[in-house]
Amino acid sequence: MSQDHWNFLFIGISFALYIGIAVKSRAGSTKEYYVAGGGVSPFANGMATAADWMSAATFISMAGVLAVDGYDGSRYLMGWTGGFVLLTVLMVPFLRKFGKSTVPDFIGDRFYSKAARLVAVVCAIFICLTYIMGQMRGVGVVFSQLFNIGIPLGVLIGASIVFFYAGLGGMKGITYTQVAQYCVMAFSYTIPAIFIAIAMTNNVIPQLGFIGEYTNSEPAVPFLVKLNQINADLGFSHYTSGSLSTIDMFCITAALMCGTAGLPHVIVRFFTVKNVKAVRTSACWTLSFIAVIYLTAPTIGAFARVNLIESLDGKNKEELPSWFAQFEETKQMTWEDKNGDGVVQYRGPEKIKAGEENELTFGKDIMVMANPHMAGLPQWVIALLMAGCIAAALSTAAGLLLVLSTSISHDLMKKVIKPELSDKEEIRWARGASLGALLVAAYFGINPPSTFVAKTVAFAFGLAASSFFPTLVMGIFSRRMNKEGAIAGMVAGITFTLGYIIYFQFMGGTKDQYLFGISPEGIGFLGMFVNFIVAATVATLTPQPPKEIRELIDRVRTPGTNS
Amino acid sequence: MMEETNTARGRYWQANLKCVGVLLSIWFFVSYGCGILLRDWLDVNFPKIGTAPFGFWMAQQGAIICFVLLLISYAFWMKKLDAQFEVDEEEGR
Repeated sequence: MSQDHWNFLFIGISFALYIGIAVKSRAGSTKEYYVAGGGVSPFANGMATAADWMSAATFISMAGVLAVDGYDGSRYLMGWTGGFVLLTVLMVPFLRKFGKSTVPDFIGDRFYSKAARLVAVVCAIFICLTYIMGQMRGVGVVFSQLFNIGIPLGVLIGASIVFFYAGLGGMKGITYTQVAQYCVMAFSYTIPAIFIAIAMTNNVIPQLGFIGEYTNSEPAVPFLVKLNQINADLGFSHYTSGSLSTIDMFCITAALMCGTAGLPHVIVRFFTVKNVKAVRTSACWTLSFIAVIYLTAPTIGAFARVNLIESLDGKNKEELPSWFAQFEETKQMTWEDKNGDGVVQYRGPEKIKAGEENELTFGKDIMVMANPHMAGLPQWVIALLMAGCIAAALSTAAGLLLVLSTSISHDLMKKVIKPELSDKEEIRWARGASLGALLVAAYFGINPPSTFVAKTVAFAFGLAASSFFPTLVMGIFSRRMNKEGAIAGMVAGITFTLGYIIYFQFMGGTKDQYLFGISPEGIGFLGMFVNFIVAATVATLTPQPPKEIRELIDRVRTPGTNS
Repeated sequence: MMEETNTARGRYWQANLKCVGVLLSIWFFVSYGCGILLRDWLDVNFPKIGTAPFGFWMAQQGAIICFVLLLISYAFWMKKLDAQFEVDEEEGR
């Protein structure tokens, strides 16, 4: 069987599975559409949340970023997992107890204000739209490579599949497809890592190989020593030491963590389980499932770096492996023989300073995809990886689509514009809204506004960290916080963060103008404090919230009893 | 922020805050502490994990493992509090 046959087989089987599940669990009522009826088991919800959370970008790019950045890449590892600790102990159990189905719902009721609800809806739509564009693009790219079709057609195929099961099935449909998708992702991510770990370190468990010995050389050396040595020889900084300043590293990690805790599509997943206790259990499962992939990512990154350099650097044209031509053809790797000696030279900043030239360039994204080729793994492993990648993109796109459609149908139509909407009409609105949102996302997936999408996806975390996260935390932990404070805080936090990002990304701000040396990626952390401070100040100057709101807070804080 | 401490509900909330405080302190220590702020010092002065420097390992692996353990402790701790203050949930909500 050729590679194409394997790809078709694996992806075909996985699609049949997703669609079968979606048809079986089609949503009938708004409660099923928004929160899957509220009776999903903690274990299943944990898997679904993990799949929802891990996007195509995480799946494809993270290991590549780690391979290139070394220690600095830890900010993503800690940021995107540590956020779940914040999310679990500070928010979701209380929001679940509150018992409504969307995040703007909580903000609107807790701060007894339509204006607060509207601000929240706008934040939710903005965050989700920027995110989903990247997912659609990812699906399009993978499909176009697989079936040799154009990216636009690839995007459209992906969009119609997502609409079919997310738009029709609602939360109920996507929860169970995401469970299946998580399984595909976990297998396809860990199996190649295990093969490579055996080949390079003689260790079945990649995480042990990572801290073990590199056995391909005589005598065996510690793997990380080998990696540092390779980096140093080529003029890069040591793999285990970073180049980011400590304060920047701190702020970016913090912005990612708080942003994770403020992402609406992750929060709503916890509304699908039965009660507060189930939320806590479910959060344990979620983070465990995510950890499976996040603990593997640094090993894949490190192995891939050694593999890549060993098989390319210092090789002449005849010695280059066959897969190199394949990636060269798609322009994902390029070799330009600058000094004309016919040998590949891959060089880092130190050597370039010393007058040598770097001849090899490659995108960070290809590490995961190229890894099995580099390690010479069987074809079915590569096909499995393709299926995993598509699963990652589809599951995240579906989760985001759901938040987008409920924001419009529930928070905007039902709660603000047309309160007399019936249950049936509300679902119709939700389905219509998801189609609309998907068309917008597909359009931007086909015509990405240049680098804008990639950047805004990263900054969506900063925006979530400076808007939703502090507002939700104060809404639960402070009985004194009122609507004036919350609205002022949200607006101040998001304006500060957005302003900083726009100034440095689009208006030509330079590095030496950074506030305390913090890059735009980490500014959401400061924005969060701006939000907290402004909100606290405004709240002390304005009247305290009415009695029924203080009672609502007491109720939210205690599981079980409704008195 | 004044909280009532005399009612059962007030005491439950205080106990909950204590739990959150303890867990978040550990959370901060393992990630920002070991993984970022103290990393250089730990790399040099602490025993290696396998062949990896301690601080580096904490940032890439250890912190994530700790996060999972923290969430498990949270679930058990809160379950105990729920039982102690009799705010346990019935079937459904």
